[in-house]
Amino acid sequence: MTAPLPNNLNSADALVLYGESFASRLLLGTSRYPSPQVLENAVNASNPAMITVSLRRQGSSTTEAHSGFWDLLKKMAVPVLPNTAGCHSPQEVITTAQMAREVFESDWIKLELIGDDYTLQPDTLRLVQTAESLIKEGFKVLPYCTEDLILCQRLVDVGCQAIMPWAAPIGTGQGPLNPYAMKLLRDRIKVPLIVDAGLGLPSHACTVMEWGFDAVLLNTAVALSNDPVAMANSFAMAVDAGRTAYLSGAMKPQESAQASTPLVGTPFWHQA
Amino acid sequence: MRVIVNQVEYELPKQSMISDALSLINAKPPFAVAVNLNFVPKTQYEQFALNENDQIEVIAPVTGG
Repeated sequence: MTAPLPNNLNSADALVLYGESFASRLLLGTSRYPSPQVLENAVNASNPAMITVSLRRQGSSTTEAHSGFWDLLKKMAVPVLPNTAGCHSPQEVITTAQMAREVFESDWIKLELIGDDYTLQPDTLRLVQTAESLIKEGFKVLPYCTEDLILCQRLVDVGCQAIMPWAAPIGTGQGPLNPYAMKLLRDRIKVPLIVDAGLGLPSHACTVMEWGFDAVLLNTAVALSNDPVAMANSFAMAVDAGRTAYLSGAMKPQESAQASTPLVGTPFWHQA
Repeated sequence: MRVIVNQVEYELPKQSMISDALSLINAKPPFAVAVNLNFVPKTQYEQFALNENDQIEVIAPVTGG
C-alpha cells in the first residue's frame, strides 16, 4: 500500500534492506494496543521504519473489530510489513504472502512459519525452502527465525538479504535468552540482522543494538505497557543509543581496576 | 452446488464465479481471495468458475505483530 520511504532521521546511518534505505532502526507492530488512537500516537512517537500488519478472514470478529484499520494505515503513511502470522505450512505462507501483496501493494513480507503453537517457535526445517520460494516470486523476505547460526546462514544462502532472529519467544518480553549465540550470529552473518520477538525493555533493545544488530522489531513490549506512547518513544531512544554506542566502539573489559583520574601529582601521595 | 466461504456453507448455482461468492458475503474492499488454498488475483474474480465443495477464503487487513 505504501512504498518504503526513508524518513528524515539520522539518514547518514541508514538501515538498508533489499537496497532500500530507512533512517529508523525500529520496526513496530500494530497489535494489542488499547485503541487505534494509542497505536497512532505510538507510531508518531517512535517514527518506525515499517509497521507490521496482517490478514484475517473478512467478516470474522477480528476484522470487524478492525474496520477502521485500513483508513488508519493510509493516514499514518508508514511503510507496511505484512506478516504470515499463524501459518503452519509452506503453502499457507505462500498463499498468504500473495494475498498480502495484492492487498497492501507491497513485496515486503515478514515470513512466519510456525512449528509449535505453544512457543510460537518457527518451523526451522521448512523455513528455508519457504523463503526460497518467496524470493523466487519476487518477495522481499524478512524471515522470523531462531538464533541458530546454520539456519540463518542457509536463509542467506537462498537469497534472504536480512534475517530476523528472535531474542526470546514472541510476546514473552524476556530479552535475549542466548547472548552467546546472538553475538556469534552477529559476528558471522554479514547481512542486516533484525531482532524480532522477545524484547521487553528498552534496555534489551539497547543491548542487542550495542552488540551490532541492525534493528529491532517490537510489538507487545510497547502495546501492553501502561503508557504505550511513552514506551514507544523510550524504545526509539534506546535503539538510537545502542546503535550510536556500537558505532562508537566500546572499550574492552579489564580484569583489574584502573584509575581514571591521573595519579601523577596526586596530593598527599606517600606522605602518611 | 455447495461452496464454503470463510468457513460458512452456501449454495450457489453451478458455474458460479468467485464474484458470485463475494456477493454472498457482501465483501467490501480491501480484500484478497484464495480458493482451495491457492491465491486468485482480483482480475480473475469474474472468470474463475467455482466447483462443488470449493473452499473460498476472503481476507482483509488487520493489525499484526
